[in-house]
Parts: sequence; C-alpha cells; structure tokens
Amino acid sequence: MVRVLAIDHEKCTSCRLCELVCSERHGGAYRPARSHIRMAIYPEDAVYLPMVCMQCDDAPCIPVCPSGALVRDTQTNAVLVVEERCVGCRMCALACPFGAINYWDNKARKCDLCGGDPECVRFCAPQALRYEAVERFSHSARQAYADRLRDSLKEVTA
Amino acid sequence: MHAYAGKILRVDLGRQHVHEEPLDTDAAQAFIGGRGLATKMIYDEVNPKVDPLAGANKLILATGPLTGTSAVCGGRFMAVTKGALTGAIACSNCGGNFGPELKFAGYDMIVLEGVAKKPVVIVIDDDQVEIRPAGKLWGKNVHETEDRLHEQLGGDFKCVSIGPAGERLVRFANIMNDKNRAAGRSGVGAVMGSKRVKAIAVRGSGGVTAADPKAFRAACLDSLEKLKAGEVTGGGLPKFGTAVLVNVINEHGLFPTRNFQEGQFEAAEQISGETIAEKILVRNRSCMACPIGCGRVTAVKDGKYAGFGEGPEYETIWALGADCGVSDLAAATKANYICNELGIDTITAGGTIACAMELYEKGLITAKQVGCKLNFGNGAALVDLMTKIGYRRGFGDVLAEGGARVAQKFGRPDLFMGVKKQEFAAYDARGAFGMGLQYATSNRGACHVRGYMIAPEILGNPVKMDPLTVKGKAEMNIAFQDTVAALDSSGTCLFVTFSIGAPELATMLKTATGFNYTVNKLLLAGERIWNLERLFNLRAGFTAKHDTLPKRLLQTPMPAGPAKGKTVPLNKMLPEYYRLRGWDPQGRPTKQKLAALGL
Repeated sequence: MVRVLAIDHEKCTSCRLCELVCSERHGGAYRPARSHIRMAIYPEDAVYLPMVCMQCDDAPCIPVCPSGALVRDTQTNAVLVVEERCVGCRMCALACPFGAINYWDNKARKCDLCGGDPECVRFCAPQALRYEAVERFSHSARQAYADRLRDSLKEVTA
Repeated sequence: MHAYAGKILRVDLGRQHVHEEPLDTDAAQAFIGGRGLATKMIYDEVNPKVDPLAGANKLILATGPLTGTSAVCGGRFMAVTKGALTGAIACSNCGGNFGPELKFAGYDMIVLEGVAKKPVVIVIDDDQVEIRPAGKLWGKNVHETEDRLHEQLGGDFKCVSIGPAGERLVRFANIMNDKNRAAGRSGVGAVMGSKRVKAIAVRGSGGVTAADPKAFRAACLDSLEKLKAGEVTGGGLPKFGTAVLVNVINEHGLFPTRNFQEGQFEAAEQISGETIAEKILVRNRSCMACPIGCGRVTAVKDGKYAGFGEGPEYETIWALGADCGVSDLAAATKANYICNELGIDTITAGGTIACAMELYEKGLITAKQVGCKLNFGNGAALVDLMTKIGYRRGFGDVLAEGGARVAQKFGRPDLFMGVKKQEFAAYDARGAFGMGLQYATSNRGACHVRGYMIAPEILGNPVKMDPLTVKGKAEMNIAFQDTVAALDSSGTCLFVTFSIGAPELATMLKTATGFNYTVNKLLLAGERIWNLERLFNLRAGFTAKHDTLPKRLLQTPMPAGPAKGKTVPLNKMLPEYYRLRGWDPQGRPTKQKLAALGL
C-alpha cells in the first residue's frame, strides 16, 4: 500500500521540530539549515507552511538528471538520490517546482521518507504532518473540507 | 563537545571589539548552562553593588544545552543581568527562535559589556560578527525594527531587540524576540538600552549534536508522548492558551482584582481563555521545538482597538484586565499589543497602573497629574498610559519607574503589590499560602515561575496540597525552586513540568551532554544555582527583611470568596524555609551549605 506524506498546514504551529529531527536523522546534528523539510513562516498572515518534496508521480527531477542518480523507491514511492551516481550538477534542484531539492557536500539531497518511517511525522504533535495511505489521504482532505463547510453552514443558520 | 556550542561571544561595546572564548566545561557541568552558568559569570564578573544601568553591569543572553535540540520545548534563551527594576539578580526566560539560532551560529551565549558610544546593532552571521551603527533603527518600535532588519539582512535572521521603552530605560522594559516573544521581567530591556544595543540579529548554518543520539532521541520521544497525553500540555494549553487559568484561579478566589483589594473579578468570564479563543484567536503559535503551542495569534477585528498581534497570555490578561478592573477584552488586548511593540513587561506595567489607580481613587493622585481620570476599569486610560510609559511621556514618565517607586513617591509604599520592587503575578497569596512563600523568597523579586506553587496548591500537580495551610509548603517550594533552576538552565520551558519531571529532564540532559546527570545531581545543580543567586543578592545589599510581602497580604483579610478572612502566615513558613535551605535565621547560606554545594 503506497503512503504519502500528507501536509495539513492549518494544524501547524510552526514549532520546527520537523526541521530539527529531519536534519538529525540524516546528518547526525540538529541543524535546520540541512533539513529536507523547511518551514515557510509568514507571521503577519498567520500562515505556516511545511515545505518538502512531494515525491511527484511524474517527477521532473528524474529525467533531467544526466547521470541517472534519481530513482524511484518501489517500496515507498519516494524519489531517492543514489549518491555514488550523483555528479553534483544541481539540475534536479533547478527542475523542481517546489525547491525541495537541496545541495551540500557536493551531492543533491532530498527527502527520502526515511525509508517509510518519516521522522518528521513521528515528532509532529499537532499532526500537521501525517504519513497516510493514498486513499485515506484524499478522504481526510475531503472530510476536513466538509467540516469547515459544516461550520460555516452552522453560522449561517444560527 | 556535545549539546553545547562550545563557545562564548564577548562584545565589548565601549571598544567596539568582539572576541570568542571557549566554554568552561567544568562550570557548564556544575551550573548546566543558561540561567545557571550565566549567573555564575555575572557573580564572578560584576560587582553586585553596581548601578544596574551603569556600564559596569553586564548583560548575558544565554542558551542551555537542550536549546536547539529536539528536547520538548528546547527553544529557550535567558537574559541574565543585575535587574534594572529590582537591583537583584535577574534572569528572564524567552522562547521564540533566537536561542536555537544563536547555537546554530556556534555560540552558547553572548556577553554584552560596557556601553556603546552611539546606538548599535550586532549582526552575527555564523562566525562573522559585526557591530554596526543602529542609525535610524534607534527610535523604532520592536515590530518595525525586526521588519527593517529582515529587509536589510534577509528574512532568515532571528532577532532580539528593544523598543522605545528599553531605549528610554523604562525600568520594566523587556527584550523582544520574534516580535512578540518577551524576556519580560526585571527590566532586562532597560539594561540592554543602557548599553545602547538596539538589536542583535543572528543566522547560523551549523547544528547541535547529542552525545548518545539514539538514547537522546528515545528520551525526547518519551517526553513528547507525555506532553501530548498530558491534560494541561496536550489539552488546556493548546486549546485555550495560558489564559485557561482565568476561570480556574477566579473560582478559587485568588484572582487579584483592583490591585489586590479583592480575590475575585466579577467580569472574569469576559477575559477568560475560553472567551479569547471564541472572540479573538486566529491560531496557535509555538516557540521553537514546542509541541504545546500555547502562543496566541490574535486579532481584534473592529472598533477603536482593532489590531493584530500575539497575546494576551494569562498573566497579561490578568494584569491589564482584572488587576486594573478592566473587563474590556479589546482594550486589554490593545494594551498588550502596545507592550509588545514598545517592549514593555505586561505584568509590571499592569501592576504599576493598578497601583496608580488605587492611589487615584484614594485621592493621592489627581486627574490633572495624570492627564485623565484614572479610576479602576478605565480601559481607555490603560491604553493611553501604556504608550506614554513606553515613550516616558507625561505621567508615563512617572509610571515608567514601576509600582514600588510610584507608591513611594505618592506616600503610600504599602500600596505597591510586589516584592523587591517587582510586581506580583496573577495569584493572590492569601488564597495559596505556598505561593506567598515563593513570592517572598524568589531571587528576582516577586515571581510566579521561580517555584510555581499554584501547581500543587490549586491544580493538584504533581500532588494536591491544601492551599490554605502552611504544612509542607517550605519543603515543596524549595523542591520546585531547585528543579526549575535546573530546568531553566537546560534551555527548555517551565511548562513541560506539567507532564514531566526531574527524571525525564536528567535523562535528556545526560544523553545530550554526555555528563553523568542523575536526578540528585540535577537537583543539586539547581540548589547550587539558587544559592549563588542568593549570594549575589546578599552582596547587593538584600537581607532577610526583604523576604516579605506587602502589609495587605500579611494583615488585611481577604474580603470574600473561598479564601475569605485569610492572610498569608508568612512568619510560620519563612523560618522553616531558611532552615531547610541550610541558611541561618538571617537567611544567609551557612558555610557548611556552601561547602556542600562547592560554592
């Protein structure tokens, strides 16, 4: 069963624990500058957006790679960087519409869904990040929208 | 070195010179970091008798070993100095994102020394440190200052700054971070202003490591799960913010009203956390690494107090609400926004205005002196005076000295509601005796967070104690004070203690630092810190006679409510407190005690 990293930004409180634990899991240090997931925080608009690779089905990063270093993990559906093949040209970062591909120590770096057990999800207390089956993901989005609609209907009829 | 960045940044403002020095590992182990380690440095380097606003005072912004890690709420830093309001040792704790960023830049703390000839801004970009002229930033409010710095430097810099209040040495000016997070108490912002440091902006690309990554991660997860499951940390605080306490404390009859003349506010419901959530809450906001998210992003949508900002928190809505008799949530929220923008401590500001309101109602201050009527409940006067305090305009210049000096000036020092010149927080100790002992003995003047006795006395956490007896209060208060001294120093937030205790903290510290912390060693470090703070104050001229409460709490019975007829029997608790602390009857640590603590 394929699962996706579902982002419910309205639940996010901008604590950045995701950045901390992602960087530690992948690099051994709590270091937001090297996290694959990064928070975009707009305090004046009260908007907090976790930004991370969407693992696109038709991923633009894969075909632009000249050395075939970006591959699909058949288990998790994540797009992975094969470090030995990566030549550090950053074409993938250029192609990614989300800016989700990073680069340091001469290699492209990106979210690998922690091999199917995303650390960011585990530490996200308000459950703004969830790791869900595709079917459940679309369902929860629909449900969340329905809940909001219900609330506004209640306001109208009240 | 793990958990610590390993370096201290010293900024000599007079000579415009910066230099790095290595962190003293032995001292770090004995005093943990943050509050403890910075207090040790202030004790060693600053003459306790110095004028807090003189160049010889120092201001340290310090992180703890857990700051910048995934430890629950490990996002804190502390401003440690001799306080401008109190003249006592001050440590003001703040969340936001500044503390972790400082560590990512490679520093455990910044020590500000001397006075700059002209106002400056300190810019730290990893190991590139620059002292720049503040130029036109001087005079700007906190929000404008951060906006300009982000425009000039980039949005990823994290800032602390002072507002007009700090520039003008308002004695209860604070240091602000992320626009609305405050190192609020004891006048640390006035000290920063006296040094002519407008702001510090920091950006760091480095990281923090743990000595035993696997065990540390497990310890963090364990605490995280406990916080999520906790009634307060996983329920009340996320849902209603700290103001969830308004109704609770009011029902118990210790919600100080109109400068502590009463213990219940008839309009509490109108300023409660529930009402805040219903009327003005936009969403929750967390400090870094905090799974609780008690921060309130709010908006007053219409009317003359329309605005957008953060707050009010519990202590704030009490100080600007019930203590001033103000039931208008919009007015109190507006006053809170002004405090954030001008860099003013909401608790002391509210307490000072409440004191002035009582002086006014007793005919000791006239409308002519103030420029308007100053009766209790006058929300418009509250809002108006807050701006005047921040800029020291008109009567605001008088109030900018704090309640103790205001009450003294107008001939009724007994109407100041606080200890060691610092205003009380939102609990009338006649309804919680242990809290009275806490207020009297707190090293930074009246303070609720040094040993939050409301937890056992009212909330039943970790055990329920009868609030209206003295039994066991000294012992419990000491345990709380020592634990919190250690906890503050670690870099995490007081609020975690609703769900975890010293064992969890010791495990996180041990696995992060590699130092062999046990619960006993942790509490010993806390006791060491507490005693060192006490020694600083004794050398500054404080004595046992300052460990007291206003006459109102000691002699005037609570007029109504569950604590009706009660006064605080401080003299039944204080001698026991001194004895259990290993201090002599004058409140001085004995030689044996100091030797046992390695001081």
